Amino acid sequence: MLGEGIVKGLAETARNFFGSYAEKERLTTVQFPEERLVQPEATRVFPFLVYDTDDAEKGLRCVACKICEVECPPKCITIEKSTEKKPDFTGKPQFFPAKFDIDVSVCMSCQICVEVCPFDAIKMDTAFELSTDDRFGGLLWEKERLAKSNEYYHSIHPTEAAEVDEQLAEKKAKAEAKPAAPAATTGAAAAR
Amino acid sequence: MTFLILAVMTLAGAITAMTLRRLVHCVLALAICFVGLAGLYLYLGAQFAGLVQMLVYVGAVVILIVFAILLTRSHEAPPQKKWTGLAGVCVSAAVFAVLAWAVIAGGAIQGIAGGQPQATMQQIGSALMGRFVLPLEVVGLLLTAALIGAVVIAMEEKQSAR
Amino acid sequence: MTQALDQIFVTLKHWAVAYFPAVLQPAVSILLSIAAVLVIFPTLFAVTTILERKGLARIQNRYGPNRVGPFGWLQPLADAVKSLTKEDIVPRSADKLVHFAAPLLLVVTAFLEYAVIPIGRNMVVADMDAGVLFFFAVSAAMELSIFMAGWSSRNKYSLLGAMRAVAQMISYEAPLILSSVAVAMTAGSLSTVTIVERQAGYSGIWPHWYVLTPWGLAGFVLFMVAATAESNRSPFDLPEGESEIIAGYFTEYSGFKFALFFLGEYLGMFAISGMAITLFLGGWSAPFSFLTWVPSWFWFFAKLLTLIAVFIWVRGTLPRLRMDQLMSFAWKFMLPMTLMVIFSAGLWRFLPGGVLRWVICAVPIAGLYVLLSSCMAESRRIQKRTYKFAE
Repeated sequence: MLGEGIVKGLAETARNFFGSYAEKERLTTVQFPEERLVQPEATRVFPFLVYDTDDAEKGLRCVACKICEVECPPKCITIEKSTEKKPDFTGKPQFFPAKFDIDVSVCMSCQICVEVCPFDAIKMDTAFELSTDDRFGGLLWEKERLAKSNEYYHSIHPTEAAEVDEQLAEKKAKAEAKPAAPAATTGAAAAR
Repeated sequence: MTFLILAVMTLAGAITAMTLRRLVHCVLALAICFVGLAGLYLYLGAQFAGLVQMLVYVGAVVILIVFAILLTRSHEAPPQKKWTGLAGVCVSAAVFAVLAWAVIAGGAIQGIAGGQPQATMQQIGSALMGRFVLPLEVVGLLLTAALIGAVVIAMEEKQSAR
Repeated sequence: MTQALDQIFVTLKHWAVAYFPAVLQPAVSILLSIAAVLVIFPTLFAVTTILERKGLARIQNRYGPNRVGPFGWLQPLADAVKSLTKEDIVPRSADKLVHFAAPLLLVVTAFLEYAVIPIGRNMVVADMDAGVLFFFAVSAAMELSIFMAGWSSRNKYSLLGAMRAVAQMISYEAPLILSSVAVAMTAGSLSTVTIVERQAGYSGIWPHWYVLTPWGLAGFVLFMVAATAESNRSPFDLPEGESEIIAGYFTEYSGFKFALFFLGEYLGMFAISGMAITLFLGGWSAPFSFLTWVPSWFWFFAKLLTLIAVFIWVRGTLPRLRMDQLMSFAWKFMLPMTLMVIFSAGLWRFLPGGVLRWVICAVPIAGLYVLLSSCMAESRRIQKRTYKFAE
């Protein structure tokens, strides 16, 4: 019968209209910026550099191996190695980056730099409210801006950070156990 | 004063309709001329005639002319010879002279004895249904025939296009 | 007291006019009436834009605009500022005069339509003998402005959209005018004031509105459907819905001229709702006899807002009709139904009152409705598919 579908449709929309006032859960809108959606843990926006202790210079995990610079698909990372070395978390002296720049307007958030880093030094950040009115300088981030503490890393990616800390603790324990073994054998060889 | 404005509007519309280069502009000027005519009818107190003039002429006839122009013309008009403008003015002046002589000699200028006739809606309606019912039905049949003819022509074109 | 409240605007106008010398008084009286129309209906337009956006949003389970002002009610101000400050772009090859005149003509004719709508008791701008005819004559002139808009843009798609819009408006004028013919027949006059006065009586508590008769109900529904098509509103907004995809007849307009088109379209919608209220819903008369103490202009605006709400409701519900569906609906369904409505109105006039009259007048309309709906359903039945070139 002509018009039946129209009447049913009108009834449905009327139900929607009055229901949107009666039951608040019909409206799924998240009123940004007062409310925000909960981001999943694996959210990735742009990279940042992790430093271990409170000191952003001395605790920086990055050893300027330049693997991420080579692997980055749009080539947005620029690294300059330093001339001196500083001790890393196991005590071994390593180079550190004198200059570490990421051009955020080029970065495509592919996470390849994170995947290839052997030192767990570069990880993905979750902050996305990053607008600036300086199109060129404001989007070229330098080492000071990129370096963020391990506590911050724990706060945004807790499970990942816990795993990374475990692995680093294992490596540290192995590195501390190793000098004792050759020292024991040389001592034994010298004693003979 | 009102008569002057309406008359100037009608005449200006008609003259612009004859002199403009692009046809659609001419049609729009013709629409202004029709509106002026409707205003003149309303000024004379013939409400029905004035409003039907707006409804039929401006609302339907102008749109019909516009559709006809847009659907049939595919090229610009050929350039006119120099004397066609002058010939047009002469012919229209001659027609106007004949009409003016007919109106003046017919005695309508002296005014109608017995005041203005009141042609209210009711009188027009009862006249259409009483005295003029046969012409009304014949005109209705004519329009129906025209409508059916147009549909038949359009349908035949559709069939031959298959 | 209620009488004074009812006539408050009339008394205010007489008081203001009395301040002028007698020679100027008619002109001032006319100017005041025009000023009232020019103030009320654009304000109603502003309110309707925000009502529509929030209403549609709630129907679609989302909030509407809620940033500007409390719950977003100052949004029309923001829209006005935006449309006034946008750059007015006129295409280089456009017809400048016609391009400029089209929105003007639309708004002028839209305002002209309000001259014959009685907003309250003794509150009509011009009491014409053929008010209904004037209304339809002016709405015919509105179509011309839409064509001018589409043609002057020098854009193939604009022109196509404009021609389709004009074809749609002309086709739906036939059922629109024929529905009002039934009302004019029963009321015995084409003057809107007389039509409302005929509906202002009560038998018991029920009013004499024409919508409470079978032919009036059918006529009202047909009138509203045709009014939706005349104002190019969903589900008949193909001419302007296309503008979201390719172009429409006002695609080359920006800034204030676009706002004028919007204004003209909405004003046309209000005017035609006003005419529907005058013809079928009893104009300014109250719905029940015990409610006549409420001022007449309040009832008019209450009914107008109800009809606007219905328009918004229908817009949020129905999908857009295609051009051929639209045209066949007008010519094959609505026109026969309106002719039957006229016939039924004639029957109503000559039968004695009572339930039997109601039934006898309702039967032809219902019968034709069932017949037409089954005919249209048949043509939609799925047929076996034949391939012209694949075999």
